[in-house]
Amino acid sequence: MKLGIGRRGLRLAAPIAIGIVFLAAWEATVRLRGIPPYILPAPTAIAQSLWTDGPSLLGSLWVTLRITLAALAAAALFGGGIALLFARSRLLELSLFPYAVVLQVTPIVAIAPLVIIWVREPFLALLVCAWIVAFFPIVSNTTVGLNSADRNLLALFRLYGASPGQILLYLRMPTALPYFLAGLRISGGLALIGAVVAEFVAGTGGAETGLAFRILEAGYRLAIPRMFAALLLLSLTGIVIYLLLDWLSRQLLRHWHESAIAPEDE
Amino acid sequence: MTMSEPVVVLRGVTKRFASGLEALGGVDLAVARGEFLSLLGPSGCGKSTLLRIVAGLAEPTTGICDLRLAGAPSKSIAAGRIGFVFQDPTLMPWSTVARNVELPFRIAGRVRAAERDRVAASLSAVGLAGFEQAYPHQLSGGMRMRVSIARALVTEPDLLLLDEPFAALDEITRLALNDDLLLLWEAHRPTILFVTHSVFESVYLSTRIAVMRPRPGRIVADLPVRLPQPRDRGVRTSAAYAAMCETVSTALAAAMAQAPAP
Repeated sequence: MKLGIGRRGLRLAAPIAIGIVFLAAWEATVRLRGIPPYILPAPTAIAQSLWTDGPSLLGSLWVTLRITLAALAAAALFGGGIALLFARSRLLELSLFPYAVVLQVTPIVAIAPLVIIWVREPFLALLVCAWIVAFFPIVSNTTVGLNSADRNLLALFRLYGASPGQILLYLRMPTALPYFLAGLRISGGLALIGAVVAEFVAGTGGAETGLAFRILEAGYRLAIPRMFAALLLLSLTGIVIYLLLDWLSRQLLRHWHESAIAPEDE
Repeated sequence: MTMSEPVVVLRGVTKRFASGLEALGGVDLAVARGEFLSLLGPSGCGKSTLLRIVAGLAEPTTGICDLRLAGAPSKSIAAGRIGFVFQDPTLMPWSTVARNVELPFRIAGRVRAAERDRVAASLSAVGLAGFEQAYPHQLSGGMRMRVSIARALVTEPDLLLLDEPFAALDEITRLALNDDLLLLWEAHRPTILFVTHSVFESVYLSTRIAVMRPRPGRIVADLPVRLPQPRDRGVRTSAAYAAMCETVSTALAAAMAQAPAP
């Protein structure tokens, strides 16, 4: 690089520079044109709101985060489990997979009110909604992964008299791991989206209010800076979830999968 | 070589795939114990299909494939009595070299000290001692193929099946592995069925060569290789080697002339 910083430095510096330029332009536009904060708050106003409302927003974030993480864990567990069932029985896969697709393509906003009526416990209702959105990428990816075992390795396992269980444990599951983890990374973001959508539909629900409801509430009260602050927290949460899952994936695959082998290693 | 009792007997073996393709059109073959037999032919002549039938990985459409392995009932997939090496190393990328070689034992449900010793011995026999904890992606193509051979040898099989194992390797690696394979064969004397499309390789390695023609696959020439044993690189420059290569090339050309154009 002629700029004197390495490629890695540029990867960090370039987006940060763009972000600073964007925020400065935003701040300048709001100030120079005198745009009122209930139309578009300046970044400084949002930062101030984040400071004053921070503690209560963080409490709400915890509520949303709990639902998200529980839904993601359930998606990983049941998604992986369903994919394993599909791998054991082709008939089961053919019979049930279309319904998983139906569940996936039906907008969660449309199903959420029903789920909230049927499941009386608010936390559980929100969890179910977030799970419905999050489980499909894991089921679909893991199913593909379990069916992707190398044909010659399969022949070799048969030659040595391996049982179906051994083939699953020693061959299909390791083959499927990168696929499962790719699904998990997608599901992390989707679980958060599912939790937020469900909260929007459910409203306050119980004694605790999540971040999504705080956004709605701030909108009603024209407390637009607080709305932006809550939105910012949601985005940051999504990014952190993605980075954590990405890190987990790299740790688990670092010894062997192309996606995670460090270039120096080659 | 004296014709002792056969280990593999094929009688009238044909194979027709669901697509209608006739891969094998009546193959008769007997392989004696301790023989190094090469199946030589152009691609599409059914060599690999024949090998898969012998391994029990495919069923012949008609005909009989009879295996007589020591300590194993005839015509069953005799776990551990057959070693198979594919054209690709076919290793599990998520497992270390040692774990890959140990696979036959892990499937058999016994990995104790004795088995670990055999894994180590097998790896050192192919020149990979010290690489036990490496992962396949850290090795070169030739080293991966050595791991694959070590895995096939670890159960000390009676019958070793190799399906163009060196076709994807560079010439230097290939020659080195040819010599290593000969040493391993001389040390343990398993019966070897070796699929190749290289005349020079088949003459250098084998005690006998079966030349095949394609569409449908058939054995058209059965040639004993009478070169001194044990063989070393000096053989490659001898007049007898050149003459045998000439004979085999002629047989292969004749086989191709009989076959319909590709």
